Amino acid sequence: MRLFNLFRKEPPSANAARERLKIVLAHERAGLKGPDYLPKLHKDLIRVVRKYITVGDDKVSVRVQDSGTINRLEVNIELPTTSLMHH
Amino acid sequence: MSKIIVMTSGKGGVGKTTSSASFAAGLAQRGHKTVVVDFDVGLRNLDLLMGCERRVVFDFINVINGDARLKQALIKDKRVDNLWILPTSQTRDKDALKKDGVEKVIEQLKDDGFDYIVCDSPAGIEKGALMALYFADEAIVVTNPEISSVRDSDRILGVLSSRSRRAELDMEPVKEHLLLTRYDTNRVQLGEMLTVDDVLEILAVPLLGVIPESESVLRASNLGAPVILDETSPPGQAYSDAVGRFLGEQVAHRFITAEKRGFFHRLLRRTA
Repeated sequence: MRLFNLFRKEPPSANAARERLKIVLAHERAGLKGPDYLPKLHKDLIRVVRKYITVGDDKVSVRVQDSGTINRLEVNIELPTTSLMHH
Repeated sequence: MSKIIVMTSGKGGVGKTTSSASFAAGLAQRGHKTVVVDFDVGLRNLDLLMGCERRVVFDFINVINGDARLKQALIKDKRVDNLWILPTSQTRDKDALKKDGVEKVIEQLKDDGFDYIVCDSPAGIEKGALMALYFADEAIVVTNPEISSVRDSDRILGVLSSRSRRAELDMEPVKEHLLLTRYDTNRVQLGEMLTVDDVLEILAVPLLGVIPESESVLRASNLGAPVILDETSPPGQAYSDAVGRFLGEQVAHRFITAEKRGFFHRLLRRTA
């Protein structure tokens, strides 16, 4: 077993780096677009929603959809399954 | 017509100053009157890498404040013709760099007939880094094949396209170049390091050059001579190629694939 371990290669890690980068950058680039007030609006919304429901930061998303003639502010709040029963 | 180049990265320690020193020396070697300006106020290091630390009397901030004339602060390189260094100050005053002050000095450098003004940016996205990139016509984004460096480069690219003078005045955008430094072909081959193609795919910026990881870089900084002057060293050659490409020459990329090594050598690396 020991001898076997000596020749065992660590799994290559560059693929993991590449995939993690792609995900994090897709996220950050989306966040950087849009108006400056979005991050603050996002925080305020989370604060208000939390008065009534327990939600994680990642369950509330805010973005501006630009469809040419109109800009639509899209707010998405993912409720925990139990909250529907209690409220 | 002067061209302003910013050497930037977001992340620290990736090789901005090393690259500024070599790039400026390379441009000067090819006959272009070049000045390299240190924007890292309070953490002056370009003077060390250029080997002129004992010749600094006046600096960039003195000129901005009118305490010295530009001619008094510029240091002429002793090895390379056409090359000047404008060192920064060691002051801890964070507000030493102001847009109008920097603009005044840049205008004077233009009037002095410099072909290239290379701005060596500090790390981060604060005042110093913003001032270094604000007036740029072209940006060289120095990146290591490592996730935090690539992420920070992406961020600085965003800053370039929104907060530079060209962006604010709705002019043609700052021309971006990617300089991938500390590239280790052996580790890439083993799947331990992001490849050139990975980084290019993620950042989508044209590749100016790949600088291989090499002990020559530390040696150059120990000696205070830009590594491009070490003409037989792989990083020296890679910088020289990159300068050629910047000036529009067609130069094939080197140092991207691993050199062939014997079985014994590979075995040694594997167990090391």
